[in-house]
Amino acid sequence: VSPKYLVVDLVGTLITAVVMTIATGLPWFFSQFGPLLILPIVFGAAGLLNAVLTPRRVRAIGYMFRDDDLLFRRGIMFQRFVSVPYGRMQLVDINRGPLARALGLSELKLVTAAAASNVTIPGLPEADAEALRDRLVALAESRRAGL
Amino acid sequence: VTIPAGPTPTSPTPDTPATLVSGNLADGEWHRLHPSTPLLRGGLAFIAILGIIIANLRERLFELVFGGSGFGGDPVDEIVDRGLIPIALAVIAVALILFIAGFYLSWRMHTFRITHELVEVRSGILFRTHRKARLDRIQGINIVRPLFARLFGAARLEITGAGNDANVQLAYLGSSRADDLRRDILTLASGSRPPAESATTGTPAAVVPGGVIGQRVAEFTAPELDPTLAPPTSVVTMHPARLIGSTVLSTSTLMFVLVVAGGIVAATVFHQFYAIFGAVPFLFGLGSFLVNRIVKSLRYTIAGTPDGVRVGYGLLTTSNETLPPGRIHSISISQPLLWRPFDWWEVKVNRAGKSSAQGAAGQQNTTILPVGTRAEVFKVLELVLPGLVDDATRRIIESGLAKATPDDGFTNSPRRAAVLRWFSWRRNGFALRPDAVVLRRGAIWRELVVVPAARMQSVSLHQGPLDRVLRVAEVDVHTVSGPISARIGALDAADASGFFRDVAATAIAAAAADRTHRWRSGGAAA
Repeated sequence: VSPKYLVVDLVGTLITAVVMTIATGLPWFFSQFGPLLILPIVFGAAGLLNAVLTPRRVRAIGYMFRDDDLLFRRGIMFQRFVSVPYGRMQLVDINRGPLARALGLSELKLVTAAAASNVTIPGLPEADAEALRDRLVALAESRRAGL
Repeated sequence: VTIPAGPTPTSPTPDTPATLVSGNLADGEWHRLHPSTPLLRGGLAFIAILGIIIANLRERLFELVFGGSGFGGDPVDEIVDRGLIPIALAVIAVALILFIAGFYLSWRMHTFRITHELVEVRSGILFRTHRKARLDRIQGINIVRPLFARLFGAARLEITGAGNDANVQLAYLGSSRADDLRRDILTLASGSRPPAESATTGTPAAVVPGGVIGQRVAEFTAPELDPTLAPPTSVVTMHPARLIGSTVLSTSTLMFVLVVAGGIVAATVFHQFYAIFGAVPFLFGLGSFLVNRIVKSLRYTIAGTPDGVRVGYGLLTTSNETLPPGRIHSISISQPLLWRPFDWWEVKVNRAGKSSAQGAAGQQNTTILPVGTRAEVFKVLELVLPGLVDDATRRIIESGLAKATPDDGFTNSPRRAAVLRWFSWRRNGFALRPDAVVLRRGAIWRELVVVPAARMQSVSLHQGPLDRVLRVAEVDVHTVSGPISARIGALDAADASGFFRDVAATAIAAAAADRTHRWRSGGAAA
């Protein structure tokens, strides 16, 4: 995926971290009770660690076209490989968030009849995403199968 | 979709063969439902309202006949006091006429037709709906006969499609016509053109002597399954004693007994005896659950027909569903601990379509065999997975149900996975057949999951940090959503990735060879 996706993921991670830190910090803020300070510190540290690991995580996202299926991979600590046969795809979705749109990125989502499949390829350059979608649709059409 | 609101739209479908059994129902023309439909659908509430009004008036009539006076606050009194009886009567009459006209119109407008490709239903007076379903996407056809509708000889035919709210309901049809119609829809959906001579053999239902009443009685007592439609040898029949025994020995009962025992012990220890009464609501809940389950599963039958498996159950409200071949996405055979001495098993399936006529907690529609012995499980499996249960697969399944032994065809978890699967690591394993994936899980609650390779949606492989330390991984075979999850964890990492690769390849090969959506058209299709 595009290295620019790093920015999107990083911003998202940081926002989550900041919100979580503030939210968990509220009890301490109102009570001024010392031990409660642990909560925001833990969450803040976890968020920071997460942000530091983001580049590696983004690099770990990948997909591969094989003869008859799409192989998708993500995660370093929690690794996940998914193989989706082309004939099983029900629809292909392209989403763009505001930040991703500013960077010209889109997110491609494959939907099969099983809810658990849940393959989302984030951070594709817009043109790539559209080309990929058309290619996937064409492949799915040529290998159409029932449910 | 805008449809002209004309009452009798004619749709020319000239190529109809008109050789089907029900003759005039599946000929591609528009048809109406059973005339008692409005009464059965909304009429019950209407009758109830009428009953309340009459009950109120009864007091009034008493009053008139026996004299006496002096009670107020009733709207009826108010009307009588002010001499508004004619107006009130007029209002009631108009309301009645409107109701009846509305029901009549909605019945007139509710039409359906069945062509070679589609089932279409149109309904609604002000808000028209028009629903089409493709025949080769049918996931199952269910005929439900609620108690009240059975009295009228009506049945609800429900054609299940994949996805939420994708069902086409034909409520209500004449009872015997519903059966004929189902046969025709399945014939059309199977892709085989009906042979011409079936028109002559397909006679309407035999005339039962004794008029309407006799016919109703005959329908009530008739066997759940028409013996001419299915070979009776393949039918598994439920023995009531086994059903009750299995329900009593189920996990929920066990839980309840434990809770009550705990409660009694606590009560005696703390001398707080009133706490025992806390169990009473539990008792009621459990009792109704058990009775519900038993009543629903009584008269359970399963049989293979040329157009799929037919599962029927129910004592008062009967339901009878046909699942065409290749509509079953995964199968689980499970056994709670207490069933083991009796060698009882329960068989459940995952399906893409969901019938709206669900049993208690959606249980019935996914349970294909509530309880059965091992031999019956195999009978059911042969019906459900025709062509899949050859000898090798049978051996695999046989050993999957039994205690794990070395080289029984399963690749099991390594010993180091015992941290994650305390008791079951010896049994926790998988086996791969050319056309199915078999997963075996659980030592206390034994379970075997079979996923036909042609129905697999996708496969995934997971490994979390703890898994990494132990060099194990989890493989998840995705099917449509349902009560079964075909997921097996704590496999040796190398085994798991090999399994993942093989499953993906098998799924593709099987999907390419799959022809079940038109199960009779392609000659060798099975």
